Amino acid sequence: MKVSSNWLREYIDITLPLKDLAHRLTMSGTEVDSIEVIGEAWKGISIGEIVAVEPHPNADRLKLVTIDLGKEQATVVCGAPNVRIGEKVPFARVGSQLVDSRTGQTFELRPATIRDVASDGMACSEKELGISESHEGLMILPPAAPVGVPLADYLGDAVLDLEVTPNRPDCLSHIGIAWEVAALTKRHVRLPAVQYPEEGPDINSLISVEIEDPALCRRYCASFIEGIQVGPSPAWMQQRLAACGMRPINNIVDITNYVMLEYGQPLHAFDFPQVGDGKIVVRRAAHGEKLTTLDGVDRTLAPDMLAIADSRIPIALAGVMGGADTEIIDISRTVLLESANFQPASIRRTSTILKLRSEASVRFERGISPDLALPAIRRATQLIVELAGGKAARGIVDVYPGQSEPCTILLTCSAVRGLLGIDMKMEQMVDILTSLGFGCEVTGVAEVKVTVPYWRMDVRQRVDLIEELARTVGYDFIPTTMLSGRLPGQVLNPVVNLRERLRDMMVGCGFQEIISYSLISKDRLNKAFNERGALRVANPLSAEQEYLRTSLFPSLLYHLASNQRHEEAGIRLFELGRIYMEGDGDLPEEREMLNAVLSGSRSPLSWLGEKGEFDFFDAKGVVDTLFERLGVAAQFRPVAHESLHPSSVRDSLHPGRSAEIVIEGTVVGILGETHPRLCEVFDLARQTVALFEIDIEKLLRHVRDGRTYRPVSRFPASSRDLALVLSRTVPVSQVKDIIMSFQLVTDTVVFDIYVGEQIASGKKSLAIRVTYQSPTHTLTDAEVEEVEKAVLARLSEELGATLRS
Amino acid sequence: MLEELQELKADATSALEKTTNLRELDEWRVQYLGRKGHLTSILRRLGSMSFEERRAVGAAANEVKFELEEALRAREGSLKERELAESLERTSIDVTLPGYPVALGRLHPVTRAIKEICEIFASMGFQVVEGPEVEWDYYNFEALNIPQDHPARDMWDTFWIDTPEDEHQLMLLRTHTSPMQIRLMEQTRPPVRAVVPGKVYRYEATDATHESMFHQIEGLAVDQGITLGDLKGTLFEFARRLFGSDRKVRFRCDYFPFVEPGVEMAIDCWICRGAGCRLCGHSGWIEILGAGMVHPEVLRRVNYDPDIYTGFAFGLGVERIPMLRYGIDDIRLFFGNDLRFLRQF
Ligand SMILES: [Zn+2]
Repeated sequence: MKVSSNWLREYIDITLPLKDLAHRLTMSGTEVDSIEVIGEAWKGISIGEIVAVEPHPNADRLKLVTIDLGKEQATVVCGAPNVRIGEKVPFARVGSQLVDSRTGQTFELRPATIRDVASDGMACSEKELGISESHEGLMILPPAAPVGVPLADYLGDAVLDLEVTPNRPDCLSHIGIAWEVAALTKRHVRLPAVQYPEEGPDINSLISVEIEDPALCRRYCASFIEGIQVGPSPAWMQQRLAACGMRPINNIVDITNYVMLEYGQPLHAFDFPQVGDGKIVVRRAAHGEKLTTLDGVDRTLAPDMLAIADSRIPIALAGVMGGADTEIIDISRTVLLESANFQPASIRRTSTILKLRSEASVRFERGISPDLALPAIRRATQLIVELAGGKAARGIVDVYPGQSEPCTILLTCSAVRGLLGIDMKMEQMVDILTSLGFGCEVTGVAEVKVTVPYWRMDVRQRVDLIEELARTVGYDFIPTTMLSGRLPGQVLNPVVNLRERLRDMMVGCGFQEIISYSLISKDRLNKAFNERGALRVANPLSAEQEYLRTSLFPSLLYHLASNQRHEEAGIRLFELGRIYMEGDGDLPEEREMLNAVLSGSRSPLSWLGEKGEFDFFDAKGVVDTLFERLGVAAQFRPVAHESLHPSSVRDSLHPGRSAEIVIEGTVVGILGETHPRLCEVFDLARQTVALFEIDIEKLLRHVRDGRTYRPVSRFPASSRDLALVLSRTVPVSQVKDIIMSFQLVTDTVVFDIYVGEQIASGKKSLAIRVTYQSPTHTLTDAEVEEVEKAVLARLSEELGATLRS
Repeated sequence: MLEELQELKADATSALEKTTNLRELDEWRVQYLGRKGHLTSILRRLGSMSFEERRAVGAAANEVKFELEEALRAREGSLKERELAESLERTSIDVTLPGYPVALGRLHPVTRAIKEICEIFASMGFQVVEGPEVEWDYYNFEALNIPQDHPARDMWDTFWIDTPEDEHQLMLLRTHTSPMQIRLMEQTRPPVRAVVPGKVYRYEATDATHESMFHQIEGLAVDQGITLGDLKGTLFEFARRLFGSDRKVRFRCDYFPFVEPGVEMAIDCWICRGAGCRLCGHSGWIEILGAGMVHPEVLRRVNYDPDIYTGFAFGLGVERIPMLRYGIDDIRLFFGNDLRFLRQF
């Protein structure tokens, strides 16, 4: 909302510098985005009257123009076509800053001699003054413009650009802002005195108004003026409208806009002869009814839209836009003026469906008061009579089915103290509320009955009044205190807790965290790891963000691929985030997942040498580390084997280099290398991507944080190496499990695996270091040998393992 | 004999000086002082001498032996010293070569900001809780005093979830973390003191300052006797801890349908110190969060009696914090996940 300070001064004395006023408005809730000063650059430019026009002695197209500036006269050389004696024009003295009409650059006017004749200055076009793009001729000022007065004093203004919050439609008007300024600066509002002659016939003999749906139209006022002369509105009105960002159209339309900016009430003028039978019916549109709106668009209406109709057809879209057929045009002579109140939600729905937001609809949907309709229509009728001639009919049609009692609220000092934490004197409270237009009746020592003025529809309960007090004194006035009192019991969220531990561990393992979009494209969703039905957004911004992800992997692989384009070294990325699954009837399931990818060389290029490329075992090493810290023992079994995972997940993984992570019989995640086909699908620069995924909630069920201290054995450990030969298909984990099942064995490490010429085909050789230790005594060689013999016996019996000779 | 001893001593001494390492020194020891060495062979001949002669030569030989042993020890010390020096010289390196690379992991800057902010509030007794990102219209709007067709809905452009025809409730991606105010109060009785970090979504064309997904932190404190002063105090303390104690904090009136009075908090711009610059949009102030006293309608909705309980709530955009702090001029960088960007934090 743009507010002209010149205009505002009609209703309120502005006693503060505008910058300070803007600050007060901002602090009290109406943010001032900017202050635009019109005419700031017009130094040395004043109003002159053309008193003589003579031909230039040396040029046909140029004239010598004498301009009266009151105390002096100036002669300029001028080529403008609209030079006429008696016109008032802006005159720029040498030294003025002007805009070059060709280049648009600012320049300083210098003394000039044009074709041997000296020019004392310059008469200016609108473009040269920076007012508009118009450069067809000189800017012609209204005849009443005072000669000799600086142009800035006559045309200059300062326009505040306000950001009005949706609860304050009253602030979308100059009078509304005047009330704000009144309260903030302790001044009084002056409302326009509205009086006009009602010389026409009784209005009820001319028009009738019927509201079919009073729920959607709480009030409808209409006035009638005949014999008007449509033409441009006066310059002062045009200036004000332009300052507020509205284009002047003609005097009738300008007056409706002017009163809207003045009172906040949208008005509409109908060309009366086009209104069938002089009858206004406010009703829901019939299905399929058509209306061409003022913007020239043919619109099909629906029954949930409110129409203003005549006896036959819709002539306007209530509260949104008028119809083209009843528009005021140059030859219109009779006006039916509408000032009504429509239900906010209905207006909002209609303008949303039609994608048609107007100055009117914005005000109606925010909920303006029905009590505004009458003062506004009287003001507009007065202006039409004064500025467009014509006779107003006697009376105003006022159908007001939605009339209600003014809202009253009981306010106590203790309520103010309770919410703001300050003691406010009753006197101060009454002062503030009165200055904002509220009625105050003190009903007790610390109690006041407050009547809300009709235009403050946003104030409905006690807290609203308390905010009025707080914002008017300023929030700076509220003391700063610290919370005291009871603390709520702390309830820990174990999933979040585990997630945060994993996050720190992943960083500790050298991974970079990423955060990717929850919404992904159908294409990316279907590329890999799409577990099941994904939720779709009904109104996606683009196909790129249409589905809620069901796996973090597609985004991780995408970001891996895009980073590979510029990273030399290996990349380790992880994300902790949610995936979204259709729930049954209730909200979707949102599962917290940990996903990680690793690809490329294990160490950056270095003089210290290569360490190879990340593979399955790097990912597994990380998983092992996480689980070790969490006290979780997991098994790993090939995904292909009796998988619980759907085929899209299996198909995304290398069938021989992937595993399910199983804890106590439950699959909590997957681990492996990507299927080679993903390389192309994701445009990955490297064949091998190792990755893993852990479902945090599932993992949580197996995390045991209870740890018990075990004393460190005082007795030495001894370790012996075993070289075993056994079938290639026997998993190492089985060998380890058997060895570890012996009591005196405390550790086993596989330190070599060999398959090749040295041993029989179908066999592999394992080198295992076994550590033996007793908590009670130093083990003898004989004891160790005895255990080792038993170990070998079981390995042979259960796995067919033999000692390598 | 005595002369022979003197000769041996002179001979041995000069040979000792010629030794250059511990191995030669050991050879020298064997040659002169060993069991088959020169000195021993002289001493062996003592048996064939007269008693006097034996005494004189024996004493002289022992003296020579003692002296040579002394010389040996000294020589051994200096040779060891030299060898150590040589070994140090040999094992010297170019200290300017880079070290073994250690894999360094990093948190995403948004995660860091969330952790930092939540820790500040946790230290003031706020519990950290989380909530669903896919929400019902009821929690995101209705229960927060933003009914259907309310003009304030324009403040939150919404992604709607495609739901089956028979679903009567509207499902959406939460546009703010505020629905958790309702869920929290539904689940518990006062006192409530919690912060809620999480992702939020806006149906909004993206540009340098707008994202369709970003993070918010919601705060809520409800109990008997909580005032606007407490809101100011808590948020002032938060701003001081996050931005430093020399920052000025400004509270102004603003509007959010679920609070009354409504508050916007800003801090003075640390670039221009209030004079106005590009960072602060020439206002001198940088908006940090929206807040206010919980609206009585919201309290009623969860069966909290607004005549007994009051409270305050706030909501803060997380990405803004690292943007302001590090001078990041494009919010989209956060989810682009370019390592060249992420590595800087
Ligand atoms: Zn600044």
